[in-house]
Amino acid sequence: MAEKFDMIIVGAGPAGSAAAYTAAKEGLKVLLIERGEFPGAKNVMGGILYRKQLEEIIPEFWQEAPLERPVVEQRFWFLDKESMVTTSYKDKSWAEEPYNSFTVLRAKFDKWFAQKAVQQGALLINETVVTECIVEDGKVIGVRTDRPDGDVYADVVVLADGVNSLLAKNLGFHKEWKPQEVALSVMEVLKLDKKTVNERFNVGENEGVSVEIFGEATKGALGTSFLYTNKDSVNIGVGTTLSGMIERKMKPHDLLEELKAHPMIAPYLEGSESQEYLAHLIPEGGFDAVPKLVGDGVIVVGDAGQFVNAIHQEGSNMAMKSGKLAAETVIKAKELNDFSEAALDSYRTDIYDSFIGKDLKKYRDAAHTFEENPQYFEEYVPMMNQAMNTFFTVDGTPKWEKQKKIAAKVTAGRGKTGLVKDMYKAWKAVK
Amino acid sequence: MNILVSIKQVPDTKVIKVNPKTNTLDRSSAPAILNPYDAHAVQEAVRLKQKHGGKVIVLSMGPPQAANAIRKCVEIGADEGYLISDKKFAGADTLATSYALYKAIEKLEKEQGIDLVLCGKHAIDGDTGQVGPGIARRMGMPPLTNVINVESVDTDNKLIRVHRKIEEGHEVIESPLPCLLTVEKTINEVEYAPLPNMLRAARYEPYVWSVDDLEDVDIKQLGLKGSPTIVGTMWPPEKSSGAEMIEGSTDEQVSRLLEVMNDTQELLAVKGGDGA
Repeated sequence: MAEKFDMIIVGAGPAGSAAAYTAAKEGLKVLLIERGEFPGAKNVMGGILYRKQLEEIIPEFWQEAPLERPVVEQRFWFLDKESMVTTSYKDKSWAEEPYNSFTVLRAKFDKWFAQKAVQQGALLINETVVTECIVEDGKVIGVRTDRPDGDVYADVVVLADGVNSLLAKNLGFHKEWKPQEVALSVMEVLKLDKKTVNERFNVGENEGVSVEIFGEATKGALGTSFLYTNKDSVNIGVGTTLSGMIERKMKPHDLLEELKAHPMIAPYLEGSESQEYLAHLIPEGGFDAVPKLVGDGVIVVGDAGQFVNAIHQEGSNMAMKSGKLAAETVIKAKELNDFSEAALDSYRTDIYDSFIGKDLKKYRDAAHTFEENPQYFEEYVPMMNQAMNTFFTVDGTPKWEKQKKIAAKVTAGRGKTGLVKDMYKAWKAVK
Repeated sequence: MNILVSIKQVPDTKVIKVNPKTNTLDRSSAPAILNPYDAHAVQEAVRLKQKHGGKVIVLSMGPPQAANAIRKCVEIGADEGYLISDKKFAGADTLATSYALYKAIEKLEKEQGIDLVLCGKHAIDGDTGQVGPGIARRMGMPPLTNVINVESVDTDNKLIRVHRKIEEGHEVIESPLPCLLTVEKTINEVEYAPLPNMLRAARYEPYVWSVDDLEDVDIKQLGLKGSPTIVGTMWPPEKSSGAEMIEGSTDEQVSRLLEVMNDTQELLAVKGGDGA
């Protein structure tokens, strides 16, 4: 007879490990199944880990977790072809405990996080693919793996199997994502010695910088690119919605190569050596793309639940929070010995009551607005750059005339009404 | 039939880097894996056990994290794992290693009886292939190296019949049991482990023995002290050069390739050895 667990979690990413850790800590019998060679082997993100949600699971995790650098400065670059407008915020207090956010390399971090769950008593098996949920009388009662004698049972199966979540799809929880609901992101880890990183980004030994780049980097498509500092490497990447790439016939690899060669970016990367090349889909459908989250004996967490705030580039924190909430729901259900959809439904309400539901709701129309109105990315960034160029180039023109020129250029593009409309639309989308 | 498999955790040499200054392996740059030849040895032991009964015992010497390599063997189907781990073993060459493993096997032989010892042909980090025969010599067992097939085991008359890969071809040998085999990868395919084995392996804690757990150990023969091997100098292999990339249309490429093959007949000459 195949073994039975209290909870089986499919996928050892931030959501899965958070659920495993939380449940195992309360003494539940937990099985965590990972398809990669080890947790993190197949996982990708730009590289910013926010402190708060992990701290709620493992207090003072920064004492032991494999982190790269605490982020002390967030830079924003609005890139045109040969110029950029920049703004940034730097905060020395972010260099001290409890910190605000960190750069991480997922292969290292995810391995550590899953190991923490194992230390709490969760059982982890790698290199095993879950092919389907075992359903009996409409209830999920376990999972089938691709291994011989591969069935294993549980009261609740938690689906943390990532953006494509074939398992949730097979259960009829969601349809195939539409091209505008997912972003394709490619990134590269470039080796650069520690001293060079410190000098080029103007930071100390244990201080990091995150740079979010808009405009030219995505050729006007809805998306962003980034440059993050690790200990002795940098992550550089670019992502746009799949629909944006299809419409503009862009290949993600070409976008990244062009970004790396951009005159504003290249000097930061000079002499670096490619260490890793990664690509991944990011769920960006937002509030309206969230699938059915709960069924009899099953809960959906993390990217599988589309918990990503594309505007603020948050995802791993939502993943961890959802994993924790799922585990807490199962712990309660275990006390009552009821694993029906009704009993597990408090997970759904917890999600919508938490910052996950509230933030997704707040930006419900944001991606849509920007996707429908490409002028934000296509026109305004070059416009900003041209305005700066006109104003700051010293050529004997009186400043008053320059201001008039700038105003004329700006309104020539979209017209005064268009401009006001755009501003209103953007405000409405993110308010 | 109790089968002991001696295994090693090694850095994955597919991805390992060489320190350009010292020419030594940068072990921290590569993940630790079960020596691939040893996986085949464990698989063969499991296959023999399924046929003839008994159990598969895995033994390794190494730091505490080598327990992960033993778990990998449990996935394949090993029943028990023993790790001898002690600072006094550290820095051992093949002579000292085979002595330490021999002392552990001697103890296991006394406790449970060992009918057959299996090893991988060699470890991919050192490539010496000396530890297996070293154990055999100390145990007084016949060493049968480069085994590609275990044809039959006669448990009543305590005989084993194996095929060895040798320079000229294959050699079929019959040997009394107990004996020691070192195996080639071609001996079998390592099977995709069943889920119950995965669950058992994830929970498995091997027995860990220190020097004090072994009997009648001559400390002088252990670790660095017991290792007469001295590494002289090391150098990277010369990089081959002179490769020509053939470009152009398919026709152009084919005619250029024919030219090259005509001009350099030695490229096509058949050398002795494998595939001769």
